Amino acid sequence: MLDNYIPIFLMIAVGVLFGIIMVKLNEWLGPKRPSEEKLTTYESGMEPVRTARERFSVKFYLVAVLFILFDIEVVFLYPWAVSFKSLGWLGFVTMTVFVVILFLGFVYVWRKGALEWD
Amino acid sequence: MISVEQYLALSAVMFVIGVVGVLVRRNAIIVFMSIELMLNSVNLTLVAFSAYLGDVTGQMLVFFVMTVAAAEAAVGLAIIIALYRIRQTVNIDDINILKW
Amino acid sequence: MDLYAIIFYLFAVITLGSATIVVFSKNVVYSAFALLFALFGVAGLYVLLMADFLAITQLLVYVGGILVLVLFGVMLTTKVFDVQMKTKTIQMVPAVAILGLLSGTIVGVFWSTDWYISENPIDVAKTAPQIGNMLLTTYLLPFEIASVVLLVALIGAAMIARRERKG
Repeated sequence: MLDNYIPIFLMIAVGVLFGIIMVKLNEWLGPKRPSEEKLTTYESGMEPVRTARERFSVKFYLVAVLFILFDIEVVFLYPWAVSFKSLGWLGFVTMTVFVVILFLGFVYVWRKGALEWD
Repeated sequence: MISVEQYLALSAVMFVIGVVGVLVRRNAIIVFMSIELMLNSVNLTLVAFSAYLGDVTGQMLVFFVMTVAAAEAAVGLAIIIALYRIRQTVNIDDINILKW
Repeated sequence: MDLYAIIFYLFAVITLGSATIVVFSKNVVYSAFALLFALFGVAGLYVLLMADFLAITQLLVYVGGILVLVLFGVMLTTKVFDVQMKTKTIQMVPAVAILGLLSGTIVGVFWSTDWYISENPIDVAKTAPQIGNMLLTTYLLPFEIASVVLLVALIGAAMIARRERKG
């Protein structure tokens, strides 16, 4: 049973090893001639103007909340989808009720203006 | 082969770590994370019994626990953030009045 | 010790170690990232318990959703110029005593009980269809109530976390 997961373990192992080897190889082989410009946060990019430890807007939080609640909805859709044939029309109707109830919430947040960015 | 008792012992220890987190820490977000740990340990118990009983019902119940956990995360953290905006603190010892 | 046992102990150590860091770390951000590893360890244990669909759901809902929400909560509730997001821990000695007593009691009960173990294990390839069948037949009412719970959470979170009070 665990044989099915060997590719996943291999992928994790290869991913971790590749990351470590590449960073270490770079550190070991690459020449190091640091200058003031090279050591800035975004080399050749824009100048950082303020501290990065800023409290950000609560708008992002609302988006995350909407994501997680509709994420759960999708999770419930998967088991229904794989046994769709055996459940038939009754399953379709009950799932429609489920989706419609959540759609009411979607309409509510839309009307409340929670989806508008500014 | 791992026996069902080992899974149960693991989830019991995880649950108690969560209980201690709720009792000891004063940061509302850490208390919240400890509650998530407790919910996860209960889920682990359900899945362990499901596997050793050969019955999928336990796995299905985990979906409901996850639903409640997601709803709790959404509303609970929203309450913590709203409290922070009013009181400028997430220390649960400072949040000790019902109304202001 | 076979491969299965080695993987079990690996995930058990990851889960319990991360859970300990979540509870006892001084830095809230470290706690949040330790929670990531604790949830990941539980997902690994689900795989060992032949609940592959649940393991993916665990990653999708907990790691992808709840953990992001927790990190947002951390970022929204720390002071702007407060570099160290530290919180104090109180009463360590009673806490460890509770930890020992309570876990000892529960583990003792678990070990001394003679659990019924079925001879025929779960068919891994069929867990998702079986869960779907149960959800939409035997457990139909809880399933529909779950959607109402999500609806209430959606409305509640939108109400509480909205930007300004209008009037």
